[in-house]
Amino acid sequence: MKYAFFPGCVSRGGCPELYPAAVKVCERLGLELEVMEGAACTGAGVLQEKNQLLGDALNARTFAMAEDMGLPIMTICSTCQGTMSQAHKRMADDPAYMAEINEVLAEEGLEYKGEVVVKHLLWILVEDLGLDTLKTFITTPLQGLRMAPFYGCYIIRPTGALGFDEHPEREDSLERVIETLGAESVEYAGKTRCCGFPILTINERNSVSMVANHTLEAKGLGADAMVTPCPLCHLNLDGFQPKAASMRKTSIDLPILHLPQVLGLAMGMDAKSMGLNKHIISAKKLLSSVALSA
Amino acid sequence: MDVTLNVRRFDPESESPESRFQEYNLEVEDYFTVLDALIKVREEVDGSLALRCSCRASICGSCSMRVNGHAKLVCKTKVRDVANAQNQVTVEPMGNLPVVKDLVSDMKPFWDRVRAVKPYLQPEGEEPEAEYLAPNETMLHLAGVMSCIMCGACVSDCTAIEVDQRFLGPAALAKAYRFVGDPRDDADRSRLQMYSQPGGIWDCTRCMECVQVCPKGVAPMDRIMGLRDMAIEAGFSNNNGARHTEAFTDSIKHSGRLDELKLPLRTFGVFNVQAMMGLSLVGLRAFLRGKTPPIIHKAIPGKDKVRRLFDKVEGKR
Ligand code: SF4
Ligand code: SF4
Repeated sequence: MKYAFFPGCVSRGGCPELYPAAVKVCERLGLELEVMEGAACTGAGVLQEKNQLLGDALNARTFAMAEDMGLPIMTICSTCQGTMSQAHKRMADDPAYMAEINEVLAEEGLEYKGEVVVKHLLWILVEDLGLDTLKTFITTPLQGLRMAPFYGCYIIRPTGALGFDEHPEREDSLERVIETLGAESVEYAGKTRCCGFPILTINERNSVSMVANHTLEAKGLGADAMVTPCPLCHLNLDGFQPKAASMRKTSIDLPILHLPQVLGLAMGMDAKSMGLNKHIISAKKLLSSVALSA
Repeated sequence: MDVTLNVRRFDPESESPESRFQEYNLEVEDYFTVLDALIKVREEVDGSLALRCSCRASICGSCSMRVNGHAKLVCKTKVRDVANAQNQVTVEPMGNLPVVKDLVSDMKPFWDRVRAVKPYLQPEGEEPEAEYLAPNETMLHLAGVMSCIMCGACVSDCTAIEVDQRFLGPAALAKAYRFVGDPRDDADRSRLQMYSQPGGIWDCTRCMECVQVCPKGVAPMDRIMGLRDMAIEAGFSNNNGARHTEAFTDSIKHSGRLDELKLPLRTFGVFNVQAMMGLSLVGLRAFLRGKTPPIIHKAIPGKDKVRRLFDKVEGKR
């Protein structure tokens, strides 16, 4: 299994621990990656709100590059995945729109033929690798741990653009991966809500309230950690958790893990190489319980 | 099929007015909607169950409730499509609105928001002899947003309202878009200025809950994004939201990727010391953990090609 790897800006920017963790985990799982170095940011929906054609053209450019490589694209960010899926759908639904975009790409000698496949690592685990195969890689089952899934808006809505009709298993993919790793998945309302990141610099109070609501709800249900396939959710839920705690005059201390990091833990990979020492909310206590159960 | 409806009950007049779940086991036909099932409960099992409905054909917008945690018109939702493996369905009143009794929500906060956007034409100039006319083709782009039936589903599940009741919210802002887009309305500038205030278009988190739950395809969030673009174009850009969008766009244009360090700087403006301090405390913690974006922002290889793409598309506007 080989993929054109689209790392996204944040896995090498605000969450620099994510990129190496993802690369190492994929290597262990036998997922071959070819990094798309020349691909631009997806626009993350922000560029699209200003100029949709521009945002979609940037993504079509990335799609055309992947077609030239003859590979499906792998993402490691809910927001990248959703933004690309939406662009993909708009072009698939409207050939005239796609032609207009291809006119823009022609200048660079690129053409998007409409055949690209874009999948988040989370979906690759369930659909391409298969959970039974994933199980064979697990050396340190996360027995006894309660993990709260946190999807990130873009990888679950709108379902029409994300292929949920053809792939209904995407709806609870994160819970199933968590269970495959041996942990218990915490069921709570917050798992499909917004982390608040998009309004962080616009309305910090509201943004941090969201962090407080979700982390406290999960914590109240006994979660030992939260797992997210989205580095933007991670930035907010981890980085602003201290602020959320002081806003509610309580302590929260809920480690927020990137999806590849939990995979690495369950496969017995070294916590440091997974960048687990780089979070704002320390994962130390969690790591010692993993070590105890091993 | 036999199903179990797990219904959240609330009676303000009872001795201990706290909400609780009540289970109803009943047999339903294959074609039953959740509303059919609830009506069957009320008529055959428990006459005290309160719910609101009228047309039963997704036109009136009366029967929005949360089914398995998400807002739906229950008259448009088949039991067999939402029942889980154990044939259970959970039904609750809408979120973000006070509950009158059981599944009946108080819609006042919903209507207050709609009223706040001035949902009526404000034409200027001479009054025509008969009605204000608009050519068909100028109204076509509003057909989607005009199909809103004011059911409240989007407001129920809006993640921004959940933390801040002051937010105007999806339905009201979709309605606002409908009037800004109407060629007969002449109040665009004052509207866009008003909608750009705190609690307006920039407080939306872009979570897409409203797009997902709307039973009529109104896509309120897309309308809010449309309003943002129009507000910036009209010059109402002296706010954090507009500056954020501009800075984001600029970063991609110049380097092909996002510069996370410069983003807050440009969003707050260099002189907003308080806001910058708040963020830089988090930045400092991140730095101590060895977790900061590289100070020197690296462009992607081929950034000039991205720049040319920007120029080409922006030239089209
Ligand atoms: S996209 Fe915006 S308006 Fe719609 S539900 Fe989310 S926060 Fe509310
Ligand atoms: S926008 Fe959709 S969900 Fe919201 S009130 Fe109108 S019809 Fe209902």
